[in-house]
Amino acid sequence: MERLKASSLALPLIAFVIVTLLVPIFSLVRLSVYDSTVADALPKTAEALQQWSGTDLPSIAVFETLAEELTTAQQTRELGRIASRVNRILSGSRSTISKTPRRFARSDEPDARAAFIAIDEDWGELDIWHALKQATDTFTSRNFLQAVDFRLMPDGSIARMPETQQVYVTLFIRTLGVSIAVTALCFFIGYPMAYAMAHASPGWARLLLVLVLIPFWTSLLVRTTSWIVILQQQGVLNDILVFIGLVADDNRLTMVHNMTGTLVAMTQVLLPFMILPLYSVMTNIPRDLTKAASSLGANPFQSFTRVYFPNSLPGVAAGGLLVFILSIGYYITPALVGGSKGQLISNLIAYHLQTSLNWGLAAALSVILLVGVMVLYVVYDRFIGIDRMKLG
Amino acid sequence: MKNYLTTVLCTIVMVLGSAIVAEESVTVVSFGGSYAKACVEGYHKAFEAETGIKVNLEDYNGELSQLRAQVEAGSVTWDVIDAEGPQVAIACDEGLIETIDALNLPPSPDGVPAEEDFAPGTLTECGVGKVYYATMVAYHPDAFPDNEPTKVEDFFDLENFPGRRGVHRSPQAVLEISLMASGVAPEDVYDTLETEEGIERAFGMLDSIKDDIVWWEAGAQPPQMLADREVSMTIAWNGRIFNAQMLENQPFKILWDGRTIDSGGMVIAADAPNLENARKFVEFSARAESEAGVASYIAYSPVRKSGYDLVGNHAITGKPMKPHLPTNPEHGGRQLTLSTDFWIDRRDELVERFAAWLNR
Repeated sequence: MERLKASSLALPLIAFVIVTLLVPIFSLVRLSVYDSTVADALPKTAEALQQWSGTDLPSIAVFETLAEELTTAQQTRELGRIASRVNRILSGSRSTISKTPRRFARSDEPDARAAFIAIDEDWGELDIWHALKQATDTFTSRNFLQAVDFRLMPDGSIARMPETQQVYVTLFIRTLGVSIAVTALCFFIGYPMAYAMAHASPGWARLLLVLVLIPFWTSLLVRTTSWIVILQQQGVLNDILVFIGLVADDNRLTMVHNMTGTLVAMTQVLLPFMILPLYSVMTNIPRDLTKAASSLGANPFQSFTRVYFPNSLPGVAAGGLLVFILSIGYYITPALVGGSKGQLISNLIAYHLQTSLNWGLAAALSVILLVGVMVLYVVYDRFIGIDRMKLG
Repeated sequence: MKNYLTTVLCTIVMVLGSAIVAEESVTVVSFGGSYAKACVEGYHKAFEAETGIKVNLEDYNGELSQLRAQVEAGSVTWDVIDAEGPQVAIACDEGLIETIDALNLPPSPDGVPAEEDFAPGTLTECGVGKVYYATMVAYHPDAFPDNEPTKVEDFFDLENFPGRRGVHRSPQAVLEISLMASGVAPEDVYDTLETEEGIERAFGMLDSIKDDIVWWEAGAQPPQMLADREVSMTIAWNGRIFNAQMLENQPFKILWDGRTIDSGGMVIAADAPNLENARKFVEFSARAESEAGVASYIAYSPVRKSGYDLVGNHAITGKPMKPHLPTNPEHGGRQLTLSTDFWIDRRDELVERFAAWLNR
């Protein structure tokens, strides 16, 4: 009873986690597989298309039903959404659909089929009808297929995207590669830095800490553009190299707007997230341990690899995880300094969320990213052990 | 007692006062930066002085998702929005904005009705155009001491016009400019882009300079890259190049040949909280004087013929503005009006193809 009372104190926390974490994740997953916009707006057409053979044009009655429902949809302002859904299945059909009810009202053709084909000859093709039928499915695998460069054909079979449109798998792999590289770089630079901070005199330690924190408090965009100023061909670093004669003036190094720029800028931006957990773990490692190792005959290298480093592992685990997860979702820095290969998967997620408003595809891409991170997390837990992680 | 009365009276006055303030305002959402500043100086102040309605200016990034969220949640806080062409059409189809039927658009100063005075395509079902802006090639003359580029083909000619090229990382306008440079006449550009070979032809042009392209994301980057001599030529937005020329005395030049122009429009949010004021504001924005007012701060052409005629000198430097306006017929060269219909149909597909091409 006492325990129950005690754990009820955690209720607000549980509610908070449900509202801010589980509900959004659930609706994300739902969004990626469920969309009833078209089925709700065109219920009779959806029903009629279920009976449709798919090999010839639908009957005039279906055309008439569609005309009626599209006109209603125009009045309730649902038309645009229907058109954008169908356009995602068949590129170019948005304007066909959105202009149809407007022009249908003025048409003097004898029947709806003739009127539709007079408005746009696409209505005489099977493609748009297949696309319309597919759009009336409330549950769809389309978004997930598209997120891995496959597509749902009009007849329901699954095929690869044409090569000119395969993009998401490449971006997933690149995002993963960049994240691993940045994490490794942060570790190799951050570890000695944190070690120096943890073992310096208090005055020096404070100074070093401030040096780590100042960039941390500076705007991300400012830091990214500073790297452009430093690394570009007419930039500070190239000027210095030319001045001391290491490179010729007409053969300046290309260090930004390519992968080098991405790695340098992202590593610098994310470095504090590696150094700070490492530092706080290192300051808590008893100094006596390495001394004891030495007195038992270990040389400095052995006392580091067998005593000190294992004790600092919780900090490595925490810093590595932080940097890795942050760089998975990063995109502003690579977009600005990354050149033609500067797009990562988050760029396209943002595009589909903000510009194309294709939230279904954005959700599918996010779910894949989330699952990927969780798989890595489990692997990580098996090998390093998450309970060893320490933030300080 | 007296104290009590004073408090009550003060409260009543304050409540009434705030109610009046709340009633007499309009929330206008725009892209920020020098364009928003030009609008404030160019005509927002005149609107406030004439009508007594306060303009609350907010910035947004040009994306529709916020408006859509407001309309879906039933709590719209925006009244008037400045939006780009494709966004206007999509928002209109989605019912996020009002149609312009209820507006009483003013005629030109010499009495030409609005419908005839606005350039074709700048009055749409839901949007009232304001100004044209251009996406075109700009260059640093110091990079070409002997012969300066004269036509858009030169942008793709690395041999005679050496140096790296700045290109917007977006298919829109970039594909059109590439096609014009490959020899497609402006009036045939969209028919060509509808075909598979046409798209490949545009990407083929870009392939020829791909290794020398520096990609940019934000409109502030191209003038910066030119100033740093990181690139010798770049695709850019004309307003940004104009600011660098005018306010920072940069020697940049614009290659007007092969430009694409686009207009966008003012729209009124569905269920706008201050609908009446919003209408008054859009009607005021549509005046020739308002459009010309904007064009005295930033190099965007009024979409009304009468507005274009009214344009005079730059409000800060006093230099004539017409030579900088994108639609000035004296520029000569090829000019293409960006097709809203094409981009709302093809954008999703082309953004994916563009991303795939970048990865190749």
